[in-house]
Amino acid sequence: MLKVVGKSVIRKEAYDKVSGRAKYTNDYQSTGMLSGKIVISPYGHAKIVNIDTSRAWKVPGVRAILAGKHYPLTGEAIRDRPPIAVGKVRYHGEPVALVVADTPTQAKTAADLIHVQYELLPVVNSPTQAFQRDAPLVHEHLGEYEKEEDSHPVPGTNIATHIKIRKGNMEQGWAESETVVEASISFSPSDHAAMETRCSTAEITPDGKIIIMTSSQAPFMVKRLISMYFDEDMGKIIVHTPLVGGAYGGKASVHLEVLAYLASKEVGGRPVKVWNTREEDMITSPCHIGLDATVKLGAGRDGKLKAAFIQYLWDGGAYSDKAIDVTRSGAVDCTGPYRIDNVWCDSYCMYTNHPFAAPFRGFSHSELSFAIERTMDLLAQKLNMDPLELRYINAIRPGDTTPTRVKLNSSNLGDLPSCIEKVRELIKWDEGQIQEINERLVRVKGVSCSWKTSTIDTDAPSGAILTFNRDGSINLMSGVVEIGTGTKTILAQILAERLKMDVDKIHVRMEVDTQTTPEHWKTVASRGTYMGGRAVLEAADDVIRQLKEVASCALRAPVEDFEVADSRVFLRDDPSIGLHFKEVGYGYKYPNGNTIGGQIIGRGNFVLRHLTHLDPETGAGKPGPEWTPAAYAVEIEFDRRDCTYRILKACSVVDAGKVMNEKAALGQVMGAMSMGLAFAGRETFYFDELGRVLNTQLRTYRPLRYGENPDYLVGFVERPALDSPYGARGLGEHGLMGMPGALGNALSIAAGVPLNNLPLIPELIWKARRGTHHASL
Amino acid sequence: MGLQSLTLHINGEKRVVNVRFADTLLYALRGNLGLTGAKPGCLNGDCGACTVNVDGWPMKSCLMLAVEAVGKEVTTVEGVKGEPIQHAFVENFAFQCGYCTPGFIMNCRSLIQHHPDADDAKVKEWLESNICRCTGYAEIQQAVKSVINKE
Repeated sequence: MLKVVGKSVIRKEAYDKVSGRAKYTNDYQSTGMLSGKIVISPYGHAKIVNIDTSRAWKVPGVRAILAGKHYPLTGEAIRDRPPIAVGKVRYHGEPVALVVADTPTQAKTAADLIHVQYELLPVVNSPTQAFQRDAPLVHEHLGEYEKEEDSHPVPGTNIATHIKIRKGNMEQGWAESETVVEASISFSPSDHAAMETRCSTAEITPDGKIIIMTSSQAPFMVKRLISMYFDEDMGKIIVHTPLVGGAYGGKASVHLEVLAYLASKEVGGRPVKVWNTREEDMITSPCHIGLDATVKLGAGRDGKLKAAFIQYLWDGGAYSDKAIDVTRSGAVDCTGPYRIDNVWCDSYCMYTNHPFAAPFRGFSHSELSFAIERTMDLLAQKLNMDPLELRYINAIRPGDTTPTRVKLNSSNLGDLPSCIEKVRELIKWDEGQIQEINERLVRVKGVSCSWKTSTIDTDAPSGAILTFNRDGSINLMSGVVEIGTGTKTILAQILAERLKMDVDKIHVRMEVDTQTTPEHWKTVASRGTYMGGRAVLEAADDVIRQLKEVASCALRAPVEDFEVADSRVFLRDDPSIGLHFKEVGYGYKYPNGNTIGGQIIGRGNFVLRHLTHLDPETGAGKPGPEWTPAAYAVEIEFDRRDCTYRILKACSVVDAGKVMNEKAALGQVMGAMSMGLAFAGRETFYFDELGRVLNTQLRTYRPLRYGENPDYLVGFVERPALDSPYGARGLGEHGLMGMPGALGNALSIAAGVPLNNLPLIPELIWKARRGTHHASL
Repeated sequence: MGLQSLTLHINGEKRVVNVRFADTLLYALRGNLGLTGAKPGCLNGDCGACTVNVDGWPMKSCLMLAVEAVGKEVTTVEGVKGEPIQHAFVENFAFQCGYCTPGFIMNCRSLIQHHPDADDAKVKEWLESNICRCTGYAEIQQAVKSVINKE
């Protein structure tokens, strides 16, 4: 019987967050800290003819101007990105100069006086255009970049990588297919729009220590990459990350840190802060990836899927960075959560003249899911089948294999059929999909499904350290960053559960610093609870062992006879004989002063097992530990006269494996749904012909606001992942992933026309209904 | 650059600040007084993360100059101590990353003071000026309603 896990324990930093005490990177300011201001490219693709900084230098307080200089190239999978553009710019928002001055105002004044002369170059404005043979090249020297082994750029093209899935026998698959449907799906890049814009500070001490503070999901990656890019000693780089004000994948990329480091170096190591305005945060720093997809599905008469051909052209933007991994991840789970024995998928990361892409909540799955789920609904229509039933009969189950041929079982795969059944109840599917209200209004339900594993590095670590206080309470240190998901509180719950103690006596250190906090690879991929939790469990066992050892000596009884609970270590058959943590946590002191033990320090670490790289020709390999499936529905009320609509209800059922903190889990799922509905319904970058993003403010780029949210219907299924703490599966991303598909499916039925583009704004629906071919915005 | 010495009434205290005429209240609170509870999110009034109370009304501190606050009572989240709306936000899990929370709390607090029996439409009218990117707003709605219903 679990006492702490599963309960809605209040998050540890809750009161700091309602009192204004919670501090984020930009809240830290020291006397003498200089301000950096970025000058950005106003064009998507242009040659830099000249940069004139003479007037900017005359502004009082200016200490440095970085422009036109060759620095080592940066980028995670391919080193293709100059930190500050040299020779040409490849996207609107790209840094072309960086001013360092005493105050933000001086830096801004000087930045505005830098005159850059450009010569326009032809713009690559979509991944489909980038894929054409005669497309302008975004990178002329693609073959010369350093790269990781499993990046596959094609020099002379705009292809940054190409991931192939070849599973089964396509000829046979098509031969067995009586019904075939094909669809083209497309949407432009958009943004994470975390409320905290990115911020980094850097300082270099006289003895060479590089001290960085940054709003990041990946402080340990900052340390590694700064070391690698600039040949600095890794041990001298200390990266601090306090609370992070929303991330959603966007802060997993390493970007502003590099600029802050270069700026500090330029002013002799003095501390420099680089902080994004909203406009910069949307386009200069990496954004949410766009996609052009073609999906062809074949099914037998009974609706069982037989074959899938899938082509994904990801809009990686001007630099490949994390888009390479997103492209791979999209291939890995390319089919959605369905059993298909014959799969051919080409997933390409395309260079375009758009802002470059960061991971986005779902890491390719939110995007590919829209493509697959729209095609599934087209298939259901063609088969004249109930769309939920079509998904149910094809739902992936234990015994099936994934596109990369991982054999699934009831531990590494959640229970999709049960998720679908629960959605059926929650959305009252059996009361009918379509309800006519009057001549104008119609209510329609749309459904979808998704799944996801986490394609993280095969050697990605997570560690935990526990230290005792003299009062018997415990400090918990983990490299998981508190980005809002509450994972650090869940780690405390896991520890409390294992030690059978009061969770209030566990103190969680919220800040991460890469010198004293054990590494958690990156706080991404819904992996904090699984990996961080396993490390905490190991550390807890380490603590239990030490407690029993000291108690065994002090109380003259065998180690095996002791139990730990309620902050005590005691004899199993006579709990009255034992010691409180405060008597052993710092060692045991005999009455005469002799002491044994010392401060108990527990340590634990974890690395996922048996992960492999993918075979470059077939994609075969094990990319992640377990798959969380989910099913969704959306009910809308559509106005046939003006194509406007209201979202009445949105429903998600996720196989959480184990719900660790009920209210926190609900919050994660509802929040993700809200973000997914905004992505599906309204959020996009609008590009002009020069590749400029026209809507870089929160009044023209509109997330959901209070009162625009639907009623949320959230359910959980709990089929445990046996290797995860208490069976928990990844959860943070899944509420989002099916929303675009479910909304698109509902609206397509309501409008009577296939809607295969995002965002689903009334204008797009109106255009599609007027018969504009391939309606897009 | 010309600095002006002003006396502002912040959280019940008189505070002397040296600011430029062009400095916003947000900038003065954060940069001069270390009151970093008010957050910059857009600097043009779109997001509400910097909301404070001025003479009891919600004000986006990025839209007000520091000099305009002279003679007015400014309350920031740091000046709100243990009020029901804060507990309600905690108990209802009405935040995740917490970045928008001070702004929401200051807006909600003023709403409750001016409209202790606000209905759904009134709450929406007030709170749609702030953006929360983490929650789906359901928890914020519960938190606000729990306080309204009690009073």
